[in-house]
Amino acid sequence: MLEAIARHWTLDEAAEITMEANPSSVEAGRFRGYRAAGVNRLSLGVQALNDPDLKALGRLHDAATALSAIETARAIFPRLSFDLIYARPGQTPAAWAAELDRAIDLAADHLSLYQLTIEDGTPFAALHAAGKLLIPDPDAAADLYAATQDTAAARGLPAYEISNHAAPGAESRHNLLYWRYGEYVGVGPGAHGRLVPDGARQGGARQGGGRLGTVTERAPEAWLAAVEAEGHGVVFEEEIEGEAAGDEMLVMGLRLAEGIDPARYTALSGRTLDPRRLADLKAHGMVEELPGGRLRASRDGWFVLDAVVADLAA
Amino acid sequence: MTTEPISNIRNFAIIAHIDHGKSTLADRLIQSTGTLSEREMTNQVLDSMDIERERGITIKAQTVRLVYKANDGEEYILNLMDTPGHVDFAYEVSRSLAACEGSLLVVDASQGVEAQTLANVYQALDNNHEIVTILNKVDLPAAEPERIRQQIEDVIGLDTAHAVEISAKTGLNIEGVLEAIVTQLPPPKGDRTAPLKAMLVDSWYDAYLGVMVLVRIIDGELKKGQRIKMMRTGAVYEVERVGVMSPKLLVTDRLGTGEVGVFTGSIKEVADTAVGDTITDDKRPTAEPLPGFRPAQPVVFCGLFPVDAADFDDLRAAMGKLRLNDASFSYEMESSAALGFGFRCGFLGLLHLEIIQERLEREFNLDLIATAPSVVYKMLLNSGEEIELHNPADMPDVVRIDTIAEPWIRAQIMTPDDYLGPILKLCQDRRGIQADLNYVGSRAMVSYDLPLNEVVFDFYDRLKSISKGYASFDYHLTDYREGDLVKMSILVNAEPVDALSMLVHRSQAERRGRAMCEKLKDLIPQHLFQIPIQAAIGGKIIARETVRALRKDVTAKCYGGDITRKRKLLDKQKEGKKRMRQFGKVEIPQEAFIAALKMED
Repeated sequence: MLEAIARHWTLDEAAEITMEANPSSVEAGRFRGYRAAGVNRLSLGVQALNDPDLKALGRLHDAATALSAIETARAIFPRLSFDLIYARPGQTPAAWAAELDRAIDLAADHLSLYQLTIEDGTPFAALHAAGKLLIPDPDAAADLYAATQDTAAARGLPAYEISNHAAPGAESRHNLLYWRYGEYVGVGPGAHGRLVPDGARQGGARQGGGRLGTVTERAPEAWLAAVEAEGHGVVFEEEIEGEAAGDEMLVMGLRLAEGIDPARYTALSGRTLDPRRLADLKAHGMVEELPGGRLRASRDGWFVLDAVVADLAA
Repeated sequence: MTTEPISNIRNFAIIAHIDHGKSTLADRLIQSTGTLSEREMTNQVLDSMDIERERGITIKAQTVRLVYKANDGEEYILNLMDTPGHVDFAYEVSRSLAACEGSLLVVDASQGVEAQTLANVYQALDNNHEIVTILNKVDLPAAEPERIRQQIEDVIGLDTAHAVEISAKTGLNIEGVLEAIVTQLPPPKGDRTAPLKAMLVDSWYDAYLGVMVLVRIIDGELKKGQRIKMMRTGAVYEVERVGVMSPKLLVTDRLGTGEVGVFTGSIKEVADTAVGDTITDDKRPTAEPLPGFRPAQPVVFCGLFPVDAADFDDLRAAMGKLRLNDASFSYEMESSAALGFGFRCGFLGLLHLEIIQERLEREFNLDLIATAPSVVYKMLLNSGEEIELHNPADMPDVVRIDTIAEPWIRAQIMTPDDYLGPILKLCQDRRGIQADLNYVGSRAMVSYDLPLNEVVFDFYDRLKSISKGYASFDYHLTDYREGDLVKMSILVNAEPVDALSMLVHRSQAERRGRAMCEKLKDLIPQHLFQIPIQAAIGGKIIARETVRALRKDVTAKCYGGDITRKRKLLDKQKEGKKRMRQFGKVEIPQEAFIAALKMED
């Protein structure tokens, strides 16, 4: 695949090529090959560092295997990230902070720390509905989030996004692209893309302009068949303009510690943020203006970002 | 058709508690006199509105003329007056009763006398009615006609020696009822040669014939082409059609003394006719109008608002149409910060309110929000001016008010003995003053004087629930009494919410305020900041709850570049915000108001 990309596009010397992998021993055996093919950043779905929780989360690996996969990866890839899931049933802020401390000891330069959420249609949702899976209430969840922020920041991995922590300069560049509402191509099964149509780019006047949203076929077999028959797997395209484009930028951009540029929001959406709502949000300490005019969600605002964005976008 | 001699006319009403068989008996009488053929019969012929049939109540007075050949060989005209059976229509009932000389008292032979029966029978006695007692449902295994006869004698004091035992359902002994009407009830009295004097009993709007007026001729006669005068308004109309209801209109061109019938004329609106008014001949008027006239007085008010603001014009049109047929219902435009544009409406009582609301929703397909009902307060201002308050939002500044008076009722409650304790407590809690307490067998009969204000607020629901549905309740308005009444405001984040303010007695303010704050606490969504909810009298806070600030509301993970999903969620949130009403910095969904205004505790 990397060879095919290199044939069609010119690759930047310093391009970030990330691969997501499971921390199993089979997968670890292939790390060297991935690296040789050009992958320079590995993201491991570790999820937890103790066996009972891994089992509860339905993962196939155990903690020892995960630790060994991390060690292998660290020796092979210049950049390493791994995911952890917290707010597991019964987890206390202290226990989680200790586990997170151990994780940071493993010397990754990037951590994705996700709070466990129950998605509709998953086995977790059924367990939760049956009362067999207790997740923390909003107060406990907020305490866990605060513990996450404090622990990671104290160890030099501040959050640059709601759930993503990195040493300065080690941020995930492809993810930043999504959050900054840049342009990206989605190729594989179930992938999303956001493209600036050629006409708009050449006109130059529309900074960012509207976006062409693309979605590819989800099911791998059907995706493969579509690619073979038509040369691509895109099954849905949509013009995203005006308020919708502005909303997308807000939803993504306010997840970042760097925030957004209100002027870019205006250019995309054709409207300005409601001054009254903005003033109220500032007064309640939910958003703050940075020198230079950028706007970002405050630390308090991050805890309730969905409500903050809904307010700003209303 | 010729007019019968007065001595062969009988005008009568039927008095019964709900479900004791009034409509079924009326159907049987119509059937067995051959007034309608089998083919034409439907159940509950006289209850023409869906709501009347479903609830087993009569809202509009109706009449039907039956022709009966009695055992004495004479032909009699029996005018059955079907009266509204509810206290809300007490005045209409009183006029219907005044148009008759006698009543059939229908009592279920197993259930016995109920509160509503009592109130109506006393009214009939006040109108000097002769009463034929009928024990219905004697075919049922639970029937105890002897015990119920005794009860009627004990409670009402009627002689039941000539009571007729029937089963309206099976048709058993309907003949006995007809004979009793002829033999036990007196014919009307009146002067055939005197100038026309007729009582306006009711009126309604017919899509084909226009306004139809139901009258009882007291003296003289009413003819087609006659110029008549409504004595209250002075308006003069030419009579176009004259006839009797059988039960459809049967044109007779004249109505003689003692008869009951209808006429149409050049009358535009039902509102031009006043129940109880006296109708006379324009050229040769009667000297004195009939006594007992009273203009329709709304007793209970509430705001009605469309759930969807776009339905406002439809609501206005629907109210206009309903009023065509019901002049006792009044409305005027009202605007509320919480609920938008709507109408402040006046009703004869709680049932009337319910009926109008249901008809608006059902017949006009409207979704409505009703604010909590309030009563009419009379205020004496320091300036000496007296005003009536229909809407708590219009209350003048307290420093301008000298006294406030509120309407009181006399309530009759009948209940199995087991529930008496909690019922007395309920009445006591609602500022009731016990007037009387009697026993009829194991049933207690208690009279209470109560402020209507306390009754419109969930009293009936509470009574039903503590007596498991066994208590029956009836009331009539008695007087206005001065009270220590205060306006209670509800503040959300320090902003008063107009739709929720109410007038309450000082002793009840804390209880009602606390209940409202607790309810709102669960209904107002969490915001980014904490929201105090307070009940206040003037500047004094009497109850307080807090909606805590939102602590955690953020999507943990954004999957790859899939922003579409997030945007769709955001669209839903924005859509929800559009349906919210803004109070200062707080956004409250309309559903929260609807729920808060529901009356149950």
